Amino acid sequence: MSAPELRLRRQRPVRIAGASWLLRPRAAAVTLAGLAALLLLMGLNVRLGDIPLTLADVARTVLGGGDAGDRLVVMELRLPRALTGALVGAALAISGAVTQAIARNPLAGPDILGVTSGASVAVVALTVLTGTAHGGAGGTLAAIGIPLAAVAGGLAGAALVYGLAWRKGMDGYRLILVGVGVVAVFTNVKYWLLTAGDVNDAARAMVWISGSLNGRGFEHVVPVAAALAVLVPATLLGSRTLGALRLGDDTARGLGVRIDRGRGALLLAAVLLASVATAAAGPITFVALASPQIALRLAGVAQPPVVVSAVTGAVLVAAADLAARTLTPVELPVGIVTAVLGAPYLVFLLIRTRRVKGGT
Amino acid sequence: MTAAAGTARTPLPRARRRLVVPGLLLAVLAAVLLSVTVGAKPVSPGDVWHALWSPDGGESDIIVRGLRVPRTLLGLLAGPALGVAGALAQGHTRNPLADPGLLGVTQGAAFATVLSIVLFRLDGVYGYIWFGLAGALIAGGAVFAIGLAGGRGGPTPVTLALAGTAVSALLYALTSTVVLLDQQAMDVFRFWQIGSIAGRDAAIAGQVLPFVAAGLILAFANARGLDALALGDDVARGLGRRVPLTRTVGLASITLLTGAAVAACGALAFVGLIVPHLARALAGADHRRLLLYSALTGAALLLLADVLGRVVARPGELEVGVVLALLGAPFFVVLIRRGRAVRL
Repeated sequence: MSAPELRLRRQRPVRIAGASWLLRPRAAAVTLAGLAALLLLMGLNVRLGDIPLTLADVARTVLGGGDAGDRLVVMELRLPRALTGALVGAALAISGAVTQAIARNPLAGPDILGVTSGASVAVVALTVLTGTAHGGAGGTLAAIGIPLAAVAGGLAGAALVYGLAWRKGMDGYRLILVGVGVVAVFTNVKYWLLTAGDVNDAARAMVWISGSLNGRGFEHVVPVAAALAVLVPATLLGSRTLGALRLGDDTARGLGVRIDRGRGALLLAAVLLASVATAAAGPITFVALASPQIALRLAGVAQPPVVVSAVTGAVLVAAADLAARTLTPVELPVGIVTAVLGAPYLVFLLIRTRRVKGGT
Repeated sequence: MTAAAGTARTPLPRARRRLVVPGLLLAVLAAVLLSVTVGAKPVSPGDVWHALWSPDGGESDIIVRGLRVPRTLLGLLAGPALGVAGALAQGHTRNPLADPGLLGVTQGAAFATVLSIVLFRLDGVYGYIWFGLAGALIAGGAVFAIGLAGGRGGPTPVTLALAGTAVSALLYALTSTVVLLDQQAMDVFRFWQIGSIAGRDAAIAGQVLPFVAAGLILAFANARGLDALALGDDVARGLGRRVPLTRTVGLASITLLTGAAVAACGALAFVGLIVPHLARALAGADHRRLLLYSALTGAALLLLADVLGRVVARPGELEVGVVLALLGAPFFVVLIRRGRAVRL
C-alpha cells in the first residue's frame, strides 16, 4: 500500500512566529469543500427526528431565531449529538494520521495501540458489574462513570502496549505486533465480561461497544472540543517531526530531530485524542484507519495531513450517523455503519494497490 | 528433505527428534486421563473404566458418559483442527501472527449462527451447527475470491490477510446488528463467542468428525507445496509447484478445520495462534512434521486448558476460551519481545 508519490507543486511557505508550513492550494480546497459538506450533513442530521424540521428551520434556529420548541429540540437535543459526531470523527482521524505516520503503516491506528479495546473492557466491566445483576447502580454512576472509565481504560491500554513494546527503544513494527496481542486479550476479557452479567446489562454494554451517538449532550461535546483545542496545535507543531520520521529513524536523527522524545509526545497526543473520543461515543471503528488514507489521496500529498484528515473524519462520522438513522427501520449505532462501510473500503484499497504495483 | 531448503532454524538432533512424537502422544494421553477424571466430582480411573465398558447407570457412570467423555472427544477434535489450521494460516499468509480466524472463517460462522437463532429460533448447538459450518465455508470462499481479484497468479500472503480482515470486520458489524436487535440471539451469542467444549453431547463430535478428517487430509496433502511456497511464490513456481492450486487446497483445509471446530465449540481464541509456535520450535521448517506436531500439541493444550478451567474456578468453572486467552497472552508478548515472531 504505497502513498501516492510526492508531486512537487508550487508551494509557498507560511511563517508564523518562527514556525513555517507549506501552503498547499489543493489541500486548502479539499478542506473548504469538506467543511461545506460537513455543515450540510450536520444540518440534515439535526433536521431528523420525531419532530421533523426543514433545513431552513435548522439554520434559523442555530443562528438565534426560531420558536422556543424549535430551540429546545435543536439546541438541547439534536445539535449536541451532531457536534459530538463531528468532533469525535475529527479526533479519531487525527489520532489515526499521527499513528500511521509514526508506525509508517497505513493499517495502524489508535485501535492497535490498545486505546479502544482498553476503553471497551473498562466500560463493559462497569456496566456489567454494577448492573442489575449486582444491585443496579445505573443512573448517575453510568452518566459520570462511563466516560471516566473509558478514558482511564484507553490510557491504561495504551500504556500497557507501549510499555510491553519498549525494549531499549521503540520500533514501529514491534509496537504494532504487541498491540495486536494485547488487543486480542482485551477482546477476550470483554467477551467474558459480557457473559458474566445479566443479559440486559450485556445488551446495554453491547450498544456502547458498537459506537453510538444516541443521547449525546453538551457534556459529551465539551471534553472532545477541549482536547482538540489543546492537542491539534501541538500536533501541528509536531508535524515537522512526523515529516522527518517518514524518512526513517537514522535520517531523521541526521536531520537533528530528537526522535524518541518527539515520537513519544506525538503518540501521547494521539492516544489522548482517541481516548477522549471513545469516551464520548464508544469505539467507532475504521474512522481512524480510513480518514488519513482518504485525506492523503484527496490532498495529493505523501503522508497523512493532519487538518484534511480531521475534516475527512468529521464528514465520515456525520455521514455514517445520517445513514444509521435513516437506512434501517430501527436506528443503528453509528459504529456499525462505519464498520460496514469500512470493510469494502479496505478491500478496495487492497485491490487497487495490487493493480498499481502488480502484486505485493 | 524439504526442511533443508533454506530454513534459518536448526531442527532437533535426529536422536532427540525420535522422541518428539511419543512424547507428545504421552502428553495427549495424560490430558485425556485428566479430562475424564478431574472435575466438580472427581472420578477415579477405575470408575472411568467401569463407566466406559460396563455402565450400570450409577452417578459416576452418568457423569463420565454424559459429560466428561463428550467434552474430551470434542477437545480431541477441535484442538488438532485449530492447531493445524493455525499452522496452515501462518504458512500461507507468511504471517506469524495469523490465526485461523484471520481468514474470516470464525466471523462467518458467528454471523450464520446468530442469523439461524433469529430466523428459526434454534436453541442449542444441534440446531445451529450446520449453519455455523455453512457460514464458515462461505466466508472462507469469499476471502479467497477477494484475494484472487485484482491480480494474476492467485492470492498473495498480504492480500489474503487483508481480505480476511476486511471480511471479518464486515461480518462482525452485521453480527452486532443482529445481536443488538434481538435479545435472545444476544444471550446465545455471548456464550458462543467465548468458546467452550462443555455441555455438548457426543453426537456433536460425530457431526464434525467428517469435516475435521477431510480438513486434516487436505492439510497433509498441502504440506509439501507449502514448503516450496515458503521460499517465495516465484521460487515455488520455478520448482514446478502450481501456486494457485496449493493456495486453494490450503485455504479449503483451513476453512474446513476452523469451520468445524468453531461451529461445534464457539470462537475458541489463541489455540490456532500459539500451537504452531510451540510446534515449530520442535519441528523446524518441514511442514509435514509441523502439522503433525501441531495436531498433537493442539489436542493436549485444549484439554489441559479445559481441565485447568474446572480446577481454578471451583465449584463453578471457567470457559476454556477464557483460560486460553489468559495463558496465551503472556506467551504471545514474550514471543514478540524476543523477536521470534517476526521471523518466519
